[in-house]
Amino acid sequence: MSHTSSGPRVGLFVTCLADMFRPSVAFATVQLLEQAGCRVEVPERQTCCGQPAFNSGDRQTTADIARQTLDAFDGYEYVVAPSGSCIGMLHQYSDLFDVSDPYFQRAKSLAARAHEITSFLFDVLGSSALEAQLKQLRFEQKVTYHDSCAGLRELGIKQQPRQLLSHIQGVELEEMDEAETCCGFGGTFCVKYPEVSNRMVSNKSHNISNTDAQTLLGGDLGCLLNMAGKLKREGKPIEARHVVEVLAGMTDTPAIGEADYYRAKQL
Amino acid sequence: MQINTPFFKQRAHDALHDENLQTALAKLKTGFPEKRAIAVERMPEFEALRNQGRDLKNHIMEHLDLYLEQFETKVIENGGHVHWARTAEDANQIILDICQQVDAKTVTKGKSMVTEEIGLNDFLEQNGVQPVETDLGEYILQLRQDHPSHIIAPAIHLNLEDVSEAFHAHHNRPKSSDPAVLMQEAREVLREKFVAADVGITGANFCVAETGSTIIVTNEGNGDLTQTLPKTHIVVTSIEKVVPTLEDMTLFLRLLARSATGQEFSVYNTLSTGPRREGDQDGPENFHVVLVDNGRSEMIGTEFQEMLRCIRCSACMNHCPVYGAVGGHSYGWVYPGPMGSVLTPQMIGIEQGGMLPNASTFCGKCESVCPVKIPLPKLMRHWREDEFQKHLQPKAARYGLASWAFLVKRPALYRCFTRLSNWLMRSWAGKKGRLSKLPLASGWTDWRDMPAPQSQTFMQAWKQQQKTGDRS
Ligand code: SF4
Repeated sequence: MSHTSSGPRVGLFVTCLADMFRPSVAFATVQLLEQAGCRVEVPERQTCCGQPAFNSGDRQTTADIARQTLDAFDGYEYVVAPSGSCIGMLHQYSDLFDVSDPYFQRAKSLAARAHEITSFLFDVLGSSALEAQLKQLRFEQKVTYHDSCAGLRELGIKQQPRQLLSHIQGVELEEMDEAETCCGFGGTFCVKYPEVSNRMVSNKSHNISNTDAQTLLGGDLGCLLNMAGKLKREGKPIEARHVVEVLAGMTDTPAIGEADYYRAKQL
Repeated sequence: MQINTPFFKQRAHDALHDENLQTALAKLKTGFPEKRAIAVERMPEFEALRNQGRDLKNHIMEHLDLYLEQFETKVIENGGHVHWARTAEDANQIILDICQQVDAKTVTKGKSMVTEEIGLNDFLEQNGVQPVETDLGEYILQLRQDHPSHIIAPAIHLNLEDVSEAFHAHHNRPKSSDPAVLMQEAREVLREKFVAADVGITGANFCVAETGSTIIVTNEGNGDLTQTLPKTHIVVTSIEKVVPTLEDMTLFLRLLARSATGQEFSVYNTLSTGPRREGDQDGPENFHVVLVDNGRSEMIGTEFQEMLRCIRCSACMNHCPVYGAVGGHSYGWVYPGPMGSVLTPQMIGIEQGGMLPNASTFCGKCESVCPVKIPLPKLMRHWREDEFQKHLQPKAARYGLASWAFLVKRPALYRCFTRLSNWLMRSWAGKKGRLSKLPLASGWTDWRDMPAPQSQTFMQAWKQQQKTGDRS
């Protein structure tokens, strides 16, 4: 299906981390949305959801960023991002405005339209939307899945990515212990309290390597960068990917933090 | 109690390298949470009870004056006394006065976090009254001149050898490492103290307005001896513990036991309703309740009012990955874990307590298990807002945030910046795909690699594709 189809008009919230570190996550999201019949656009005036300011206690800056994001995503039927954490933040925008502020209602409206990608595909569009395409994919790997905190506890994302993955041939999911325990990323937490964060991500890495999984999957790039970085530092052979890369069949790019063999060969 | 909260990072560092502590914390991590999960599983209406608990507590906080006055009236009708203590100092003085009126030499104490909060033991000792803790954990801590590291399992940070040594040093008996022998030893020593005590001090889990009763919930039964044997019983508790009726109390008892230890009911649930009446077999001659405020009433009407719902079950710390990594003493004051990270700044000031509400990833686990649904992460964020407004955050953090905000609010400039840093990181990483060192990010790269950007930024790549129409 092409992006000229007549399905819902979706604004892609790229997320600052996917923009900077892993464009394939955003491209995979676009592809999945288009396969499901959506018309996808990428508003130019988006940057970051504002979480670093919000969690640092700077409400004024957060509100400024919220206004900018609200303006950028005006008029889209849906706003979709490959991150439960950023969508969780978008859902909180209305708390930043006085009820009499016009942005309050707009923030309420955005919250109703903003979805994390796996939840959008599964809960909003319905599981059958993509089933046929997913069934044609093959990913011969044992995988384990980390439930990122905001997605899990703020948005109720647990089964959606697992259900979608289950359609792909060859994927075998082995759950790790404490899959729902925080990986220790926490935005600026990981640099403000590095030792505590390190303990948390070490526990995570331990639980991941206790499975037979070759690949770690998750739905939030912040957590994945943290866990991939730890696994690599520890010299563990487990690769890390955002779940949308697998769902979109885009697994020929090197995994997170892996050497780019293609590029290495070219050089 | 001495305030060590500003040294959270150093204390956390020490805790992470303390093997005994880490062994104890590993047990805690699986112990209480697993038991809680089973108890919740067995009770389909648990979620409904949590909502009821939250709503009822909200109602109480809206009418706190009314219920407290009703409680006071009932206590007096029952022949007891009620004392209002605005500050910790007031509370200590009131308690000392009561002890001195009855010429008390020693007082036995049941487990009470409020008396930790007001620093009662030190104060009594300085004034010639010897307090004796009777909760086993608290007793061990007292021997070691230590403090609780958990609100319901105060000595969770100690191991058997620590206990054995403490007993050996103080009990004048042969050293043993057999838990049963140690338990018996504690029983025998404490039994003498119970009989000798002039005053018994307990806390209260709840104060019931309709009857003027207080209740303590324990698993050891020490509280019962503490409050029935001496002539004078002083209940030291705080103003948010009042509930309207006995039935309301039972709602919280059901939530409390399951959330705390995964028990369906705690072993001893002991109600005290005034002093001994004619014909009573036992009970104290004098019954006092000291209602401590110590900053709580200031929370009413603010965003922190929700914190007054707390029933001190400890579920939030039992499930907290930060508490699980560093233990309770790292928090540097009386209340540890997520509930402590909200309460401590209220009680010691955000200037000293600011480390705590920042020591959270906002993973939300605490809120998800809290029996009265306190939005702990949101309240910690409120403290960060308070810090931000008062310019209390470290300079580097403030300037970092301000520069970042400047860029983020200017999308075109932001694109230039991301393109540049994306290119820089890729160049540094070379073929490796990741960086083992990154300027200004040593907090990250000291412990883990930084995956390098995969390619140019998405926004660049997307623009190119849109231009060329190439969607491959
Ligand atoms: S905040 Fe909630 S979970 Fe924590 S001790 Fe209080 S009632 Fe229990």
